[in-house]
Amino acid sequence: MPGKTLPDAEQLLAALTEQMRASVGPDSGLIGIHTGGVWLAERLHAALGIAAPCGSLDVSFYRDDYEKIGLHRNVKSSSIPFDVEGRHLVLVDDVLYTGRTIRAAMNELFDYGRPASIRLAALVDRGGRELPIAAQFVGAVVELAPGQSIELTRESRGRLALVLHESDC
Amino acid sequence: MWLNPANPQLNRNGELHHLLTIEGLPAEILWQILDTAQSFVGVTQREVKKVPLLRGKAVFNLFFEPSTRTRTTFEIAAKRLSADVINLAINISSQTKGETVLDTVANLSAMQADMFVVRHAASGAPYLIARHVAPDIHVINAGDGRHAHPTQGLLDMFTIRHYKKEFSGLRVAIVGDVLHSRVARSQIHALATLGCPEIRVIGPKTLLPSHVENLGVHVYHDMRQGLKDVDVVMMLRLQNERMEGPLLPSAQEFYKYYGLTEEKLAAARPDAIVLHPGPMNRGVEIDSSVADGAQSVILPQVTFGIAIRMAVMSILAGN
Amino acid sequence: MRLRIAQGRLIDPASGLDAQQDVYVADGQIVATGRAPAGFKADRTLDASGLIVCPGLVDLSARLREPGFEYMATLESEMEAAIAGGVTSLACPPDTDPPLDEPGLVEMLKFRAKNLNQARVYPVGALTAGLKGQRLTEMAELRDAGCVAFSQADAPLTDNQVLLYALQYAATFGFAVWLRPQDATLARNGVAHDGQVAARLGLPAIPVSAETAALSIILLLARETGARVHLARLSSAEGVDMVRQAKALGIAVTCDVGIHHAHLSEMDVGYFDPNCNLTPPLRTLRDRDALRRALEDGTVDALCSDHTPVDEDAKQLPFAEAEVGATGLELLLPLTLKWAGDAGVPLAKALGKITCDAARILGVDAGRLAPGGTADICIFDPARYWKVAPAALRSQGKNTPFLGFEVKGKVCYTLIGGETVYQVAD
Repeated sequence: MPGKTLPDAEQLLAALTEQMRASVGPDSGLIGIHTGGVWLAERLHAALGIAAPCGSLDVSFYRDDYEKIGLHRNVKSSSIPFDVEGRHLVLVDDVLYTGRTIRAAMNELFDYGRPASIRLAALVDRGGRELPIAAQFVGAVVELAPGQSIELTRESRGRLALVLHESDC
Repeated sequence: MWLNPANPQLNRNGELHHLLTIEGLPAEILWQILDTAQSFVGVTQREVKKVPLLRGKAVFNLFFEPSTRTRTTFEIAAKRLSADVINLAINISSQTKGETVLDTVANLSAMQADMFVVRHAASGAPYLIARHVAPDIHVINAGDGRHAHPTQGLLDMFTIRHYKKEFSGLRVAIVGDVLHSRVARSQIHALATLGCPEIRVIGPKTLLPSHVENLGVHVYHDMRQGLKDVDVVMMLRLQNERMEGPLLPSAQEFYKYYGLTEEKLAAARPDAIVLHPGPMNRGVEIDSSVADGAQSVILPQVTFGIAIRMAVMSILAGN
Repeated sequence: MRLRIAQGRLIDPASGLDAQQDVYVADGQIVATGRAPAGFKADRTLDASGLIVCPGLVDLSARLREPGFEYMATLESEMEAAIAGGVTSLACPPDTDPPLDEPGLVEMLKFRAKNLNQARVYPVGALTAGLKGQRLTEMAELRDAGCVAFSQADAPLTDNQVLLYALQYAATFGFAVWLRPQDATLARNGVAHDGQVAARLGLPAIPVSAETAALSIILLLARETGARVHLARLSSAEGVDMVRQAKALGIAVTCDVGIHHAHLSEMDVGYFDPNCNLTPPLRTLRDRDALRRALEDGTVDALCSDHTPVDEDAKQLPFAEAEVGATGLELLLPLTLKWAGDAGVPLAKALGKITCDAARILGVDAGRLAPGGTADICIFDPARYWKVAPAALRSQGKNTPFLGFEVKGKVCYTLIGGETVYQVAD
């Protein structure tokens, strides 16, 4: 509903952490998708006591809209500092929407090796899927009006917050 | 037709449409290429070195001047972007038999080329080509005469940034045959645009262009003085045909006064790095002990070259 | 046919006349200016109100590309271009294929040109056989066939002793020798002025010394032999300084500048525009300004078009590989007017550079409008703008740096021997 207040990101993160605690073991590979997903993955990594270092993915080279909008100005590096082969992975993203980013992330991950499984943790699921993608761990489901979008921000002291954007029509 | 007559390399949105020379490109575009290349370095270090960005695109390597090294690097770069690559080594003698540069390009454009990588012995040839291709085809200059070799200049900048982090306080010396060097011209423009405050050229008068100071460089004929306190030494290749003749008496005399030896390198800062675009003439412009020594970054230059070319192609193809 | 050219502004640089006066033509000659001769009845009156009436232009260098280069242009097309440009007398260089080193070739060219009944063509004969710079040509025979002077065109003459003998031989008969001051070895492989543009663009360069070194040899040998020497196409400030000094010393030398060099500089090469690949090369703005000053003070005697039509295929090549030269017959007038306007030079003086002053170098009776003289007349609109586009040019050579530009000054009528051979289509 337009104008409603968004849930508190820190609270959602706490809920997400508890959901994951039961089934995400210390041998899992945690990989955040730039940029919001990386912030979340770092927090989850610490909270869940994952052994292998946290990974990060910039999916710019795998996106399906390259033809239309070209290469992003600010391409960051992907870094997977552990062996993907045969490992159970969890992808972490801030906002799950059409599912295209996750598709690109999975394509990129398979170029690193063949994981045992991939699960998805999303802080916010805003619906609107265009591909058959689902998150196994979700902080909250949020309904947005057309023209609205959600962004995860990080304040200077590390506190995460969700921000609502309205596009001018 | 130029898309933007003011700068034939940029489209109307100020984005890179062709890469013909570094001169005249805004710094943001150079930084974008360097930053994107950084990401591709990561890709080149993976098991699967490919990304699907240019899948379905056709990249034509149009080499009117032979070159194995540069052509191979472009080919690898294009293939790592999942592009289809066609190599054309245009025999110069068949050129003079009637098919002009533009005829060749027109024929190839009809074969659904998306990108031309062009190397030619005449300065300005890629401009002629860029002026005559369809609006959606991109042209990359892989070296034209003495004018420019922008991807080499960019990979040298990438190398410098990798080791020195900032350009703002650097002293850089370019040594050798600047007169005939497209690499040197591209390096000079890149350093100037990225904010290098002191660029030096070192060489005998016969190998420096008259009016070279107009490019914004300090001229030295004494190599020890020219290398004093520099942070980066960029050696240039001396072509065989120049070594003995009206420009230079012999490779030996050149080596004695302008060859990079450990003793001459000692004039530079102790942490100075040494670059060379290759292939090296050991014992002419550079000593083996320096080329293989601790300060040489010549091998990493080669790796970075693939990442830079991947960056350039992917930025162009997406604009 | 009796013709009255009415209401035009008559400018005759040779006599200094610049006044609103009518011109009366009969039997191919000018019979009077100002007042009609007694009993003169015009069969036709040409209304020249708002227009300038001046002598037909005299162009010291126009390549007609015949014989041998017909794929670039033909006599027909280039003669059309000449009259469209108001040019009624032109000299063509000997670098045809074969070069004009045989009387038969010269006669053929003159015959072909005469039959077209357009501009008067004055061939310049080859100084050496085949332009190879070794053996002298039969200059006297060539003069009898119609050559007005002898030159090497742009072909090098590297043996100074041959040059000395050629000048001596020409001096024997009082023939004029036209020489391009460019040292072949200093200019070797060069395509652009040795300056900051060539340094940036990585183009093989031609230093100013290529011109000044050649000039010093030519001037010294001219003085020694007493030959009549004309220096074709100066390009540098230092070059015109040397000519100025030589004239002050009493050496009998004249010189000209190509019309493009009166306007353009190395900066105009831009992004390797092959239309700016000219010989001599376009030098710095300082050189350009020195050429202009030299035109004003008389050091440079004349302007010419150096008309060199080149086919599209030969121009659309990488800069250094493109054929040199620019089309110019139809731009000679507007570009001369532009120079006059830019530099604040009186119109009559500027027009003199392409009429009587050029005719004096050519050594022919042309470039003047006086009673008793041949009615070779150019009538133009000094205020009319036109766009330099391929369709607007009659020359087959569309190669000009001014392509796409609007220029001011359009020829409306060209008369040769009292006959209107060209009239602008409105």
